[in-house]
Amino acid sequence: MSVVRVPPVLRLEAGGAREVKASGSTVRELLEDLAARVPALGERVYADGAIQSFVNVYVDGEDVRTRDGLDTPVRESSTVILLPAMAGGCASGC
Amino acid sequence: MTTYRELLQKTRAEIREIDARAAQDLASARFVDVREADEWQEGHLPGAVHVPRGYLESRIESVAADKSQPVILYCAAANRSAFAAKTLQELGYENVYSLAGGFTDWKRNGLKITIPRTLSPEKRTRYSRHLLIPEIGEEGQLKLLDSRILLIGAGGLGSPAALYLAAAGIGRLGIIDADIVDETNLQRQIAHSLDTLGTPKVDSAKRAIEGLNPDVDVVTYRERLTSENIDRILDEGWDVIVDGADNFPTRYLVNDASVWRGIPVVHGSIYRFEGQVTVFKPHEGPCYRCLFPEPPPPELAPSCAEGGVLGVLPGIVGTLQTNEAIKLAAGIGEPLIGRLLLLDALATEFTEVKIERRDDCPVCGTHPTITEYIDYVEFCAR
Repeated sequence: MSVVRVPPVLRLEAGGAREVKASGSTVRELLEDLAARVPALGERVYADGAIQSFVNVYVDGEDVRTRDGLDTPVRESSTVILLPAMAGGCASGC
Repeated sequence: MTTYRELLQKTRAEIREIDARAAQDLASARFVDVREADEWQEGHLPGAVHVPRGYLESRIESVAADKSQPVILYCAAANRSAFAAKTLQELGYENVYSLAGGFTDWKRNGLKITIPRTLSPEKRTRYSRHLLIPEIGEEGQLKLLDSRILLIGAGGLGSPAALYLAAAGIGRLGIIDADIVDETNLQRQIAHSLDTLGTPKVDSAKRAIEGLNPDVDVVTYRERLTSENIDRILDEGWDVIVDGADNFPTRYLVNDASVWRGIPVVHGSIYRFEGQVTVFKPHEGPCYRCLFPEPPPPELAPSCAEGGVLGVLPGIVGTLQTNEAIKLAAGIGEPLIGRLLLLDALATEFTEVKIERRDDCPVCGTHPTITEYIDYVEFCAR
């Protein structure tokens, strides 16, 4: 099982967890397994067989889009980071 | 007993001299001026670096790391540089020369020299800890004093950035922020204080900067950055933008404008205990849209006002941004280009992920589809 780091804006969907485990030998398998284990989190990241456009997925520090996308291999020892954009600073909003 | 003359003669026999013409033809050579500071101030060879003979052994590797690169040493009349050349040979430098006739002959022959700008005694004192660092020194400090940095936001990220950039002697600081200082800001926005509650953040930040370093020219923009005003503000000419915005519309606006104008953006964002820092340098590395082509849906984009933030986190992220901005302004080091630094303050963990330019980036890609500003109004519905 690989470690999947959950970003703060998606922790509610993961029941507050900072990281969860999921298994799969490719990013596709891993995200499908994640969607089965933690459906609320899975659907935020992966829908209709594709990674959501506003989320980046990194396997061992590399963006899967720059590798083989959903076919990027994942190892047991891999760390997977889910990364949506964060708005940023801390004033009063728009 | 050996006299000075004999020692000089012996040393000269053991090193190589090079004449001015051959020195100029040696394109890859590093020129090192080993004279004293007051001699350097009166003029030196163009492109030379100054390493006084007394510091030669300790500093040479920071200015000439590759020992096979030709090094041409010079002083006033090729005496001190002969001894210096001998020393560098002993340190393993393979192609060391002493410039025959030294600076005196070079100047007498009408060859080009550079007369350095210098810092006033007051500035020399104020920035003395920078001047001692070989990578900055007087040249780097002058670059900082000449540089113009624009801060987007005078909040959590903008506060430490404004203070440290001012302390570093950045010549001109622009600050954009439409907000007023309120009590909830003081948990983290350290440029503001009880004395400035209820006043515009830009004025409060200006006051803090002027209390720290009155040499800095502070330009304030008490307005929210929009597609309407961004060109007017950027037309004033900025070398680096420090993005401490609190919302996506501004982030994308700043990104698109900076790509079109070629201005590097130091990006920082924070939420609760986590932060992200990177440098978007147009056409050298990825831009914000290479990283995130489009904003997330509003429900996934909570602001700190909704989700909260640990007060010190913007201090950490804002100072990391400031470090990048100073490096860009001084032209030193390895900026965070193509690298996104993720910080988890709760675990005290830094992670770096690679980010790459995308050929299909809608702004900086090969066939851009975004060529004018976009206002993402849906984010601004309160």
